[in-house]
Amino acid sequence: MAKLRRGMAGRGARFLKDWSLPRQLAGESPMSTAARSTTSENLRPRLEQADRVGTSICPFCAVGCSQLVYAKNGKPIHIEGDPRSPVNQGTLCPKGAGTLGVLLSPQRINKVLYRAPHATEWEERPLDWAMERVAQLTKQARDETFVERLPDGKVVNHTIGIGSLGGATLDNEENYLIKKLFNGGLGMVTIENQARI
Amino acid sequence: MALWDLANSDWVITMGSNMAENHPIAFRFLVEAKRRGATLVHVDPRYTRTGANCDIHAPIRSGSDIAFLGGMIHYILEGDHWFRDFALAYTNIAHIIEDAYADPEQGDGVFSGFDPQQGDYSEESWQYKGKIVPSPIAEHRVQGEQKGAQSESMAEGPPPQDPTLQHPNCVYQIMRRHYARYTPEMVEQVTGCPRETFLSICELVAQNSGRDRTGAFAYAVGWTHHTYGVQIIRAATIVQSLLGNVGRPGGGIMALRGHTSIQGSTDIPTLYNMLPTYLPQPNAFHDHATLDRYIASETPATGWWHNFPKYIVSLLKAWYGENATAANEWGYQHIPKLTGDVSQLPMTLAMSNGVVKGQFFIGQNPVVGAVNTALVEKGLARLEWMVVRDIAMTETANFWQKGNRIQRGEARPEEIGTEVFFFPAALAAEKGGTVTNTSRLVQWHDAVCEPPGSSRSDLWFIYHLGRRLKQLYAGSTAPRDRAIQALTWDYPMMGDKQEPDAEAVLQEINGYTVADRKLVPNYQALKDDGSTACGGWMYSGVFPKEGQNQARSRRPDKPGGPGSHLGWAFAWPSNRRTLYNRASADPEGRPWSERKKMIWWDEGQGKWTGLDVPDFEPEKRPDYRPDWSKNPHGMEALGGADPFIMEPDGQSMLFVPSGLKDGPLPTYYEPLESPVRNPFYRQQANPTAKIWEQPGNELHGIGDPRFPYVLTTFRLTELHCGGVMSRIAPHTAELQPEAFVELPPELARELGIEHLGWTTLSTLRGEVEMRAMVTERLTPFEINGRRVYQIGVPWVYGWEGYARGDVANVLLAITGDANTSIHTTKALTCNLRAGRRAGTRSGPDAG
Repeated sequence: MAKLRRGMAGRGARFLKDWSLPRQLAGESPMSTAARSTTSENLRPRLEQADRVGTSICPFCAVGCSQLVYAKNGKPIHIEGDPRSPVNQGTLCPKGAGTLGVLLSPQRINKVLYRAPHATEWEERPLDWAMERVAQLTKQARDETFVERLPDGKVVNHTIGIGSLGGATLDNEENYLIKKLFNGGLGMVTIENQARI
Repeated sequence: MALWDLANSDWVITMGSNMAENHPIAFRFLVEAKRRGATLVHVDPRYTRTGANCDIHAPIRSGSDIAFLGGMIHYILEGDHWFRDFALAYTNIAHIIEDAYADPEQGDGVFSGFDPQQGDYSEESWQYKGKIVPSPIAEHRVQGEQKGAQSESMAEGPPPQDPTLQHPNCVYQIMRRHYARYTPEMVEQVTGCPRETFLSICELVAQNSGRDRTGAFAYAVGWTHHTYGVQIIRAATIVQSLLGNVGRPGGGIMALRGHTSIQGSTDIPTLYNMLPTYLPQPNAFHDHATLDRYIASETPATGWWHNFPKYIVSLLKAWYGENATAANEWGYQHIPKLTGDVSQLPMTLAMSNGVVKGQFFIGQNPVVGAVNTALVEKGLARLEWMVVRDIAMTETANFWQKGNRIQRGEARPEEIGTEVFFFPAALAAEKGGTVTNTSRLVQWHDAVCEPPGSSRSDLWFIYHLGRRLKQLYAGSTAPRDRAIQALTWDYPMMGDKQEPDAEAVLQEINGYTVADRKLVPNYQALKDDGSTACGGWMYSGVFPKEGQNQARSRRPDKPGGPGSHLGWAFAWPSNRRTLYNRASADPEGRPWSERKKMIWWDEGQGKWTGLDVPDFEPEKRPDYRPDWSKNPHGMEALGGADPFIMEPDGQSMLFVPSGLKDGPLPTYYEPLESPVRNPFYRQQANPTAKIWEQPGNELHGIGDPRFPYVLTTFRLTELHCGGVMSRIAPHTAELQPEAFVELPPELARELGIEHLGWTTLSTLRGEVEMRAMVTERLTPFEINGRRVYQIGVPWVYGWEGYARGDVANVLLAITGDANTSIHTTKALTCNLRAGRRAGTRSGPDAG
């Protein structure tokens, strides 16, 4: 019993000693030594668990802030501003600082969804099936609407029966291949993105 | 200019942008400039955190920017405040214009050359006397044809000039007459800005520009989203060229663009009117029938663009490889030709008119972000099929299930026959590639983590779609299918998912010599004989040799270094940070001042040198003058003191002879929807504005009493554009949970609206409801002697994500800028009342 009392008293004393409030009341700075405790001593930054870190660029506006992305087992665990960048010098705005919340948002969709004509609900479909179906529909729409010459004989080799919208959120390489395939390959001219608006 | 160069400015005017809230990290450089002694100005209808951080906030009514900037030009010219040594040498201020030129002062708001039947201008009377001046801007050539074939006159001698500026038709005298009535009194009357405030800004820029001091403008879509958006920017260009704030440290006009690679998607364009890096898309109604004709008509006789043939032939080699030969015009006929404007607004109308069968939406959400979204939804319902690629459910993808028309009982899902595919997309950290920021900085991002589930990069999607299509067309013998068969489409793939290698694509954009596939070091190495291939000449140098991806370079300058950070990523062209930086030195090649030095002529080395990559031929002496007896072409026709090398005579154009559809000088017009008549001219609105009349897209008349309030739209720090990207991020959505309208207390009292109470806004296009944010950030204006209320709404909400609200763009009409067809969102009229909306979406008296 006495041993137990001693144990409790010991824990109590240790707690009082560890608790920062008495130390602050005694005059220690809450910004330095009095902020320390056993708990704080044992805290570790989560980026220490990362098995990979890479440089990214913020996906929102066109300022082009650099980010450091920390990942573990292929999943992001932490994102912060890259202090080396002369654009943002380690800072991020509220949107950029929320990038991890975008990557990990429960509202992200990870499956291909399909809505049949006149259907009232979505259904899941395999990626491969959807890719083949879209390729077939693209070919069919192109073949039905392709114009080689105008009535006066001018060569146009184009279709306005298929359009594409979007690009300002994509990479340069992606935009390049979209323009190359749709315009240079299929003859689509109605290709636009957010830069217009 | 580089974003960080704004810290070197002695003044910055933010106008048409709420920079502190929408580009907060870039705004740090203004805060730094202020710390170093700069004066900051915000010109905006609303008092925001940008205004709060500036020294001066000048309120103006939405859309009145050209009156304000025209007033600045008037102040600079009449007070003789312009930087004479700079502007006389580097601008066309002394150039003499054709005798037939007539100003809007004579034409009551219309320039000479207007055809009222066609609603467009002929540029003949705007030319330099006796010359035909080509335009350097390919994207403006959809209606107006390039004058390359006729521009030989530019190689025969310099344009006529009067350095004494006395000639009545020199640009200086034309501008003085043109802006004579843009007085401080008129500025106050038109914009609502107190004249004392306006004058204090004029004094600020006049006193802090010149050899030793520079300043900058910063703008965003508050300038572009008007029928005269290009002309607003032009007006700022005139101010900056007159004051010598171009091509110099801390000087310039900073476009604050909206999306991560909106600059890249303009350069490497998923846009209808350009091929990569500003080559014009061939047009059936221009002299483009053959490659020879296309090159002849698109190649100006003088200036840098004389190199055009090298760029187009190298592009064709990149796209069609071995199938591009001299015998088949390097595959030129595979490139489809335009027959008119098929930009986003006509595309929307084409969908609603049933012209389009299939449509891809790749990371864009027009049911929130486009104007007149009820009409957009009608168009989607007429498609046979559509593909949406995004990271979460968008309003565009499920318009058939939850759209405005469904919500309001106007349509049922069973009636909509559109077949819809939703493909989940990967985000930046989940794929490798480059994006280009607003100051042309091409930056690589790494693939650090895996895209979840069936999510794939857009590179994967387009590459594998292309592979399938090539297979489907493999057996065809039809001539129309030769393009897809000829297209080079073979990039290495990586991993189980067969992700294409983005670096291989970037290398193709950079360019290579065909014989050995060796990467070209720069665009100077490109040829027009088929020996080089290049997907985007302006990006050449981003991957100058194997293993050297410059977009990945991460070596910033040390503190105290030159501050151009040439080791950080790659800025096109040539890793240059400030365009036209030859203007940072005087005509003799010396810096205008020690404080504002950037590049200079080193006589000892016989070349240009300095803190940035010189934007000039490296060994062209400042005293070089063209030998006109030899009929010089290309760069030989530009002197050693002609800094603006993309222009046909190397001079900054205060007055633009070619390339603009709505006049050679910015002129004040009212927005298409306005509460007042144009106080300057009988011509009310831009006579060349893009207007599409059709049911559901009606406009309000001048001063229509049913729609008395000026409405502007804006976005928020926490929520980004129409995308769901920020509305699905929990903490940003929580910070801005719901749609609202900002209105001044005076109007709230008049209408019986309480702060946080429900309101309904309406136009002839539709009706939306939002909570009221009653705030003194907005104040009533006195315009032309009457009180005008201005209100504003964020347009970033929809029915998906955590933060929701009515789609504000339901209220807007489809109308466009005369030059760019950009939609107009910043100045329209509307009605506002207390209470919630009814179930129907038609406006009052709309039938």
